[in-house]
Amino acid sequence: MLDKMKALVNWYEEVLSMPHRREVASELRDEDDLFLLLLYSEMIGIPNPAYYYTLELYPYMMEKFHDWHLRMGMEKSPLTGFRCC
Amino acid sequence: MNAIVLALIGMIILGLGYRYYSKFVAEKIFRLDPNYITPAHRYKDDVDFVPTNKFVLWGHHFTSVAGAAPIVGPAIAVYWGWLPAFLWVILGTVFAAGIHDFGTLVLSVRNKGQSVGTLAHRLIGQRAKILFLFIILILVLMVNAVFAWVISNLFIQFPASVFPVFIQIPLAVWIGHIVYKKKQKMLVPSLIALAVMYIAAIFSSQYSFLQIDLVRYMGGDGASGLFGLGAVSTAFFIWIVVLMVYVYIASVLPVWKLLQPRDFINSHQLVVGLGILYLGLVFVNPKITAPITNTAVSDVSWFPLLFITIACGAISGFHGLVSSGTSSKQLNKETDARFVGYLGAVGEGILALIAIIAAITFFPSKEEFLATYSSFGAASSGGLGVFIKGASNLAAGLGIPASISTTIVSIIVVSFAATTLDSSLRLMRYIIAELGVEYRMPVLEKKHVATSLAVFSSAALVLLPKGPQGFGSGGYLLWPLFGTANQLLAGISLLLISIWLKRLGRNYLVTIIPMVFVMFMTLWAMFQQVIFQWSWFGNNSNTLLFIFGAVIFVFAIWIMLTAFSALSGKYDDKIITEEE
Repeated sequence: MLDKMKALVNWYEEVLSMPHRREVASELRDEDDLFLLLLYSEMIGIPNPAYYYTLELYPYMMEKFHDWHLRMGMEKSPLTGFRCC
Repeated sequence: MNAIVLALIGMIILGLGYRYYSKFVAEKIFRLDPNYITPAHRYKDDVDFVPTNKFVLWGHHFTSVAGAAPIVGPAIAVYWGWLPAFLWVILGTVFAAGIHDFGTLVLSVRNKGQSVGTLAHRLIGQRAKILFLFIILILVLMVNAVFAWVISNLFIQFPASVFPVFIQIPLAVWIGHIVYKKKQKMLVPSLIALAVMYIAAIFSSQYSFLQIDLVRYMGGDGASGLFGLGAVSTAFFIWIVVLMVYVYIASVLPVWKLLQPRDFINSHQLVVGLGILYLGLVFVNPKITAPITNTAVSDVSWFPLLFITIACGAISGFHGLVSSGTSSKQLNKETDARFVGYLGAVGEGILALIAIIAAITFFPSKEEFLATYSSFGAASSGGLGVFIKGASNLAAGLGIPASISTTIVSIIVVSFAATTLDSSLRLMRYIIAELGVEYRMPVLEKKHVATSLAVFSSAALVLLPKGPQGFGSGGYLLWPLFGTANQLLAGISLLLISIWLKRLGRNYLVTIIPMVFVMFMTLWAMFQQVIFQWSWFGNNSNTLLFIFGAVIFVFAIWIMLTAFSALSGKYDDKIITEEE
């Protein structure tokens, strides 16, 4: 009985928080997208003096970078040479 | 007749609809496949695309679609007697709303989780997208105006509800702070906030100094207020301005500061409201005093106006936006669509059912019912008040004193309306920005420009129609327009599902019949209203309503023609049929 009550409370909390979690996650993603744009703006023709250094981060964020360029409407990686896809 | 029997009959039909009809549609028409990889799995990103347990998803879907609309519509429509409203809610839910919500969910799941707007572009063509944006724009404009009127009206009729509703704002800011800054769970703080609100409601129902009654401050109904207006007109004006300032601020603030925490508190109210009403129904066991059909009606016939007066609760295009906008991206298995979509519509039907029951059991006798529901205008402006008093009658069965339960029920309805108002104003801002992109007017994309435009046009629309109590009190005249815009959207969604089914070579009668029915009723009702009521030679000539009605009428004709040519395969616009 107690387990069932607990499950019910969990279900209720899950229902209430689900849409809000999504909204907060999408705001966070928007901010991350902006950050990636700041890092790799050179690739789309915006001069970026720190590019030489930010490129060093690239191998560590390959997966994130791949998702980012897909979201930005680029089917293939804009980076020539070494690339994620 | 006994109200419990009516509720049971309604629920049994809804249950049979779910058990048999939706099963038939799921297996034979949509042919759901448990092995199909849903968008939630294929495009999983933990933001939009998240595979979700079907019970949780149903809960979310239901709370997103249920609001004040399935209460307001039935409370007005019982004007024609309880039977027409009851039948339309129950049969509409089984054959139209259920299939519409379920169908848009499946259609979107089978098309990468895209929304109805994008699917209209893909299945019908470029013109459909613009048409779609305009219809949604009209719909949200109507929603803003109607719900601003609903809230102002309730604040004036039930002044004890003002204080608890406003106390919710600092409570929401507090919850936002502890949930997002202190990283605590939201369930307990939001329940505490709800309790504080209800305690405030108890106090404000007892002590008149806590009741913010603008009309009384100005010296009662007959007194004059500001700018040479009557007291009631001034009160409407002030509340509408206050609400618009509030929604402006709420719409431009980050969501976690005010909107979301307010939602946390409000989502409990749906459970509280349904719980109080259905439990009260069992304890009170009231008799239905309203007539089966109202034979005294001489102004507007139930046929076809009933079908646009009750939109949400019988069929509503707004659900398609939720189904295809968010729920389809979170569906774990394709076969869950029946549970989430169809049962979501059934939940809304149950809410509309209790709204009907509260309104038809409130009066002690048939004569008193007929005296209050004396004309369609009187029903439209007073229906919601009757629902609230009827609902507090039911709540009295649980031992809650009438004055307190009236305040609590009005808080629940105000909260529903305010949530709808908030989100539809935000939606309107996005649509204005999108139209700005489409027509190359970058100034419309600015946040404050788009929000101001949305707020001013909504405020202007709600203030313009003149009701019997003067300036601002005529917001209810917009209700049929809201219903029509909503049904039009539902018509388009059903059409999209039909086109999709036809291209797959399946039987599309289950969607085309409700579509034709809904569109026919909408066209007919709008034609009657526009020509015989609102035009310059009509009974209640009104230029503003005439223009809006005429625009919606033209859109409806346009959709019918597009539907006909798209279904017969002679459509000449560029159609994107292949998966890109």
